[in-house]
Amino acid sequence: MDNAQNYWSRVWQHFKRNILAVAGLWVSGGLLLIALFADILANDKPYYMIYQGKMFFPILQSYLDSLGIAPLPDELRLVDFATLSAERAIYPPIRYRPNRVDLLDPLAEPSGDHWLGTDKLGRDVLAGLIHGSRISLSIGFVSIGIAVLIGVVLGATAGYFGGWIDLVISRIFELMLGIPTFFLILTIAATLRPNIFYTMLIIGLTGWVGIARLTRNEFLKVRNLDYVTAAVSLGVPTPRILVRHILPNALAPVLVSVVLGIAAAILTESGLSFLGIGVPADLVTWGSILNEARSNTFAWWLAVFPGAAIFLAVVAYYLVGEGLRDALDPRLQ
Amino acid sequence: MWTYVLQRLLLLIPTLLGITFIAFALIHLAPGDPAELRAGGGLGAAGAEGLSTEKQSAVDEALKAWRAQYGLDKPFHIQYGYWLRNLVTLEFGDSFKDNQPVWHKIRERLPVTVQLNIISTVLIYLGAVPLGIYSATHSYSFGDQVSTFVAFALYALPSYWIGTLAIVFLCGGDYFYLFPPGGLTSVDASPNWPLGKRLLDYSWHLCLPVIVLSYSGFAGLSRFMRSSMLENLRQDFVQTARAKGLAERLVIYKHVLRNSLIPVVTIMTSIIPGLISGSIIIETIFSIPGLGQLGYEAVLARDYPVIMAVFTISSLLTLLSILLSDLLLTVVDPRITFSGRSA
Repeated sequence: MDNAQNYWSRVWQHFKRNILAVAGLWVSGGLLLIALFADILANDKPYYMIYQGKMFFPILQSYLDSLGIAPLPDELRLVDFATLSAERAIYPPIRYRPNRVDLLDPLAEPSGDHWLGTDKLGRDVLAGLIHGSRISLSIGFVSIGIAVLIGVVLGATAGYFGGWIDLVISRIFELMLGIPTFFLILTIAATLRPNIFYTMLIIGLTGWVGIARLTRNEFLKVRNLDYVTAAVSLGVPTPRILVRHILPNALAPVLVSVVLGIAAAILTESGLSFLGIGVPADLVTWGSILNEARSNTFAWWLAVFPGAAIFLAVVAYYLVGEGLRDALDPRLQ
Repeated sequence: MWTYVLQRLLLLIPTLLGITFIAFALIHLAPGDPAELRAGGGLGAAGAEGLSTEKQSAVDEALKAWRAQYGLDKPFHIQYGYWLRNLVTLEFGDSFKDNQPVWHKIRERLPVTVQLNIISTVLIYLGAVPLGIYSATHSYSFGDQVSTFVAFALYALPSYWIGTLAIVFLCGGDYFYLFPPGGLTSVDASPNWPLGKRLLDYSWHLCLPVIVLSYSGFAGLSRFMRSSMLENLRQDFVQTARAKGLAERLVIYKHVLRNSLIPVVTIMTSIIPGLISGSIIIETIFSIPGLGQLGYEAVLARDYPVIMAVFTISSLLTLLSILLSDLLLTVVDPRITFSGRSA
């Protein structure tokens, strides 16, 4: 246990020295916070409001309502807060919902009202980007989770048992490598009803091959080491050997490809929604805002900002992944 | 050597069968009926509600006939059997959209995409290998650090972003008009133009798509080349070569470079599939009439025969490029032979 702690603290020491990787960690952490607190950052409801002499906490109260704890007071139901004449109100920094349509103000340039402009339906771009981070990140995390699950199980099985099992599973790897993955994802996503859970599932189901191959190779390396033989001869059950004895040693290289995989999943998701596939049409995502720039070529803000958001997220995860790779590489230490 | 090539080509058949089976199964198991999509013209169930029972039964009748015409009423494995039988004669069936033979569409579009991909691959290797060599031989110099930084940034830039930016800023919107917004030839182009002019027009149109398609592969490969060179520069045989007084040029180009090229050739197996996927997005952005655009349009219209055909062709291209890179390996590294031990 102590050794394991030493190992990871050494890795952390190395990681810390890489300024770019640490910067990537900060940016990805910041994006995570933005995604978690999107409702508080960009919302057309005020945090706090005095209306007709009564005190309200609209954001909090609508949360409680959606959780079924306390129903929304009648005064707040179906009201447009922007036109409500409240005595006092404290608003979030961005006073728009991402899907708040304003047909009187379409394709507005960035201004004091709309910091990053509006799209063709008058929806605020910054609010869309903030809430879009939720979709991108959740698809990134969940789909890579699915990929890790499949990849580690298949890779471990192939690597540990070897023989014909390895042969069969390796053939599956080759098959998957020959598949034009993006086109497959596109096809399946287009035949299904647009839904972000399907998109997570599809990206996960097609993205496990790299992780599986890595895991297989690590297991192949480790399975004949003395400590594994010792565990086998002591009568430790096979699943326990796989999970408790070998897996921790194989995890480090897999971790790198997981971090890089999050970036790849974000790229794929944005590419899909850029092509108008995979997420419902009324859902604002980074890719869907970028897509609008194609038909409104004068609206540079629709092209620049969402792409920059995707780029920032991808670079952050790449930097963390690369930093991790260097920190884990024993030859560089 | 040739027996090996033949072996590998024969091995392609079961792999391709497996891939097409997976694709066929996934596409057909997914909910959604192409017949209804066709009849409803996008109205779907909501539009059907408004129909009277008479009209509804007429629509049902038509759908049934249409399903029978395309074999969609048969069970899934029989449909796959039909599809395979037709594949042998390069018969991909008729498009659901306009009843044109799919093979005609493919034949029109395939050369465009193959051309785009070959140009991109050649450019990637021509640019990235020298840059990688420079970076490795001048490692940690200013030039190396700049190129590493630029390559990293390029690698992470999504191609659909750069493509959109190019369309917005460079292709005659409100900003600059340096490149055409799409297509392969100018509107007023005619076959009577002299060859030089036609070629110029064509390359003017291909310029942006090729750049956008290849920059990320270029960035990835140059970094890969650099690390491969650095890895070999650390080896003992380099020290030996230097110790026996070989000129540095010979050490680099004869000893280090040759060994470093091995993984660079292998990585082709991931560059070319990347290009094939990339061409879907690039061809859509720049409206280039290639395979990728055909596939995307077919996906939107759920034109199953076209989807399957594009899928099969791009899988085949991917598998062939893997084979090609394996064969190139024997050229780059004579130690690798694929024949049996006795030969």
